[in-house]
Amino acid sequence: MSILKIDGVTKRYSNHTALDNVSFAIPAGCIFGLLGPNGAGKTSLIRIITQITGADEGEIYFRGERLKPDHIKDMGYLPEERGLYKKMKVGEQLLYLAQLKGLSKADATARIKTWVDRFEIREWLGKHIEDLSKGMQQKVQFIATVLHEPTLIILDEPFSGFDPINANLIKDEILRLRDNGATIIFSTHRMESVEELCDNIALINRSQKVLDGPVREIKDAYKTDTFQVIGNGHLLVTSPDFKVLEQHENNGVFRANIKLENGVKPNDLLRYLVERVEIHSFVELVPSINDIFIRKVTETHHA
Amino acid sequence: MHKIWLIIQREYLTRVRKKSFIIMTLLTPLLLATFMILPGLLITMSGDEETVMVLDESGLFGDKLENKKDLKFVHLAGSLEQAKTVYQETDNTALLYIPKITIDNPEGITIYGKKNTSIQTQMRLENALEKEIENQRFMASGLDRATLDKIEADVKLNTINLSEEGEKDNNAIITSAAGVVAAVIIYFFIFLYGVQIMRGVIEEKTSRIVEVIISSVKPFQLMMGKIIGIAAVGLTQFLLWIILSFVAVTAVSAAFGIDAAPSPMEQYQAGKVAAEGESVANLDEETPEEAAANSDEFANTIQDVTQSFANLPLLLIFGCFLFYFLGGYLLYGSLFGAIGAAVDNETDTQQFMMPITIPLVISFIMSYSVVLKNPDGAVAFWMSIIPFTSPIVMMVRVPFGVPAWELLLSMGLLIVGFIFTTWLASRIYRVGILMYGKKINYKELSKWLFYRV
Repeated sequence: MSILKIDGVTKRYSNHTALDNVSFAIPAGCIFGLLGPNGAGKTSLIRIITQITGADEGEIYFRGERLKPDHIKDMGYLPEERGLYKKMKVGEQLLYLAQLKGLSKADATARIKTWVDRFEIREWLGKHIEDLSKGMQQKVQFIATVLHEPTLIILDEPFSGFDPINANLIKDEILRLRDNGATIIFSTHRMESVEELCDNIALINRSQKVLDGPVREIKDAYKTDTFQVIGNGHLLVTSPDFKVLEQHENNGVFRANIKLENGVKPNDLLRYLVERVEIHSFVELVPSINDIFIRKVTETHHA
Repeated sequence: MHKIWLIIQREYLTRVRKKSFIIMTLLTPLLLATFMILPGLLITMSGDEETVMVLDESGLFGDKLENKKDLKFVHLAGSLEQAKTVYQETDNTALLYIPKITIDNPEGITIYGKKNTSIQTQMRLENALEKEIENQRFMASGLDRATLDKIEADVKLNTINLSEEGEKDNNAIITSAAGVVAAVIIYFFIFLYGVQIMRGVIEEKTSRIVEVIISSVKPFQLMMGKIIGIAAVGLTQFLLWIILSFVAVTAVSAAFGIDAAPSPMEQYQAGKVAAEGESVANLDEETPEEAAANSDEFANTIQDVTQSFANLPLLLIFGCFLFYFLGGYLLYGSLFGAIGAAVDNETDTQQFMMPITIPLVISFIMSYSVVLKNPDGAVAFWMSIIPFTSPIVMMVRVPFGVPAWELLLSMGLLIVGFIFTTWLASRIYRVGILMYGKKINYKELSKWLFYRV
């Protein structure tokens, strides 16, 4: 079942179209990558989902219902432009933001306690935001985003500004939240940063959806039957079933990218190679989301 | 509604806890007390005891020159030269030389001093001498002082207003003061706290928290919460100023032992302000009857203090003050909020501040120059009807008496006005708070009004 269904959403500003008839669904309980270059329309779409703005055309359904103000309390949004009240104390700020999401004071206080213990930042509670480092502020903001236990968590460029250690901490938290049943939307232009995390993705370019679906299926659809082989010996491929795209040799060690032709299977290539050289590594070259994106975009441009 | 309440609370608490708020709140009454006490203090201190030596060759005055608290007379005998020598050896203020004169021709009286004799001393001596000479002339013509006092006439004009409600004492100065004080307070309140709204919006924009907040609440709720929260801060500060001013003035007076009984005018102003604060503070707990009772009680106290003051339509003035105070603030406050939303930092606010500042400043200047002199003239009328100037100008007019229909029209238009500016501001606000790094001009702003968001 999909937690969010985007149906023909169009958003126009005075001099350009930010979203042009975008439709896709986000399955419940997955990590969803909303990918695309800067200015593609990701943030516009997120602002429509979070009801900051409204769509000019089209509908969005949240858990099967048309989007309504009451849904806001089930969503957590971490905007790309991070910000907190600089002169407010961490504890007060978290309490305020949680209460705005509809939590009672007692609930909010209890949950803040849990979270600061988890992140080991209890001693920050009485500090002003402006006295914290940028990374610390980001942690506080992450807590603020998920404190009200939203079922849909939207993170715009989540890892920008985090050092690697904190980025891993956040990644682990995101996975834990997913395992507890939350759905997470990642929006980013750095596709490689979320590739391994995402179960599903949608690619957006120039205000249009280019591609969407489970990452595995997309990759399968875009794989080129190319394998990278590394081994010892002198490799000379003569069979018409295998096309060598690239080959290097150095001190008797070779590395070759070989494409299967005429519907032969990987095992056929392996058998062919085994007879000729000593194989150290045999890996399928799977296209990255970035490669797929570039291919898809150039295709659409040429079409 | 719950969310607006949360926003109001935050806006209120973060401001009230600021050091600058606490310092301002404590310091202002102290300054006020100082300014009220200082003149009295200075006069008392300058009044050192003076001793004047008198050489009376005419024998007319004898011991008739009375010693006063701070003016003493020491009588000398002998020649003028001797007297001068004696005088030189003392540190007395002056030597008064009265030659042989008659009461018909009191010429040639001279003061010798070591330095220039102050005008004050000179006048006091002249008065004392004149009075004594007059007394003696009366005696000579068969009158005595007591008879004369009976004859003397003292005329003071009482100004009475004749209106349907009957006769009323009136005093132009107090009437003007009542309105002007109220108008000045409104003027400063709008500016001080309007700018705070603007700064608050800019702060939320530059710290980028605004996107987080408006994913939880509507932009309109955020804007109104801020405006109301800051209004509460203003009223709190105001109330504290009044209470602390009273405390400070009383304490300082007591400390310096000054008889600082305020003039009716001062009492009027302070009392008026106090009553306003009181009625605001009690708004939520008090029933209307209680509030009315309090106001009546207050009015009674004042009546004892000064007749003409009590005859001002006090309840009406308080009511109007509260109304125009809040109405004017709301009208301008949302506009200040819209400016904050339209710009990225405070330096860019200048071009948008102009249209807001001008009507306020003009109504302030006109209040003094035109409205006060002619509270029923055409300028006064129109400026007290137009919502952008009425909060200040109408307050100046109200104590002079304004026809009910004018007042109702003005109030009605002010309500319409602030609904309009709030609508206008919220249209600009909702677009502006998410707009970064773009220089905004009026053309752009007008487009925002019709954006669909």
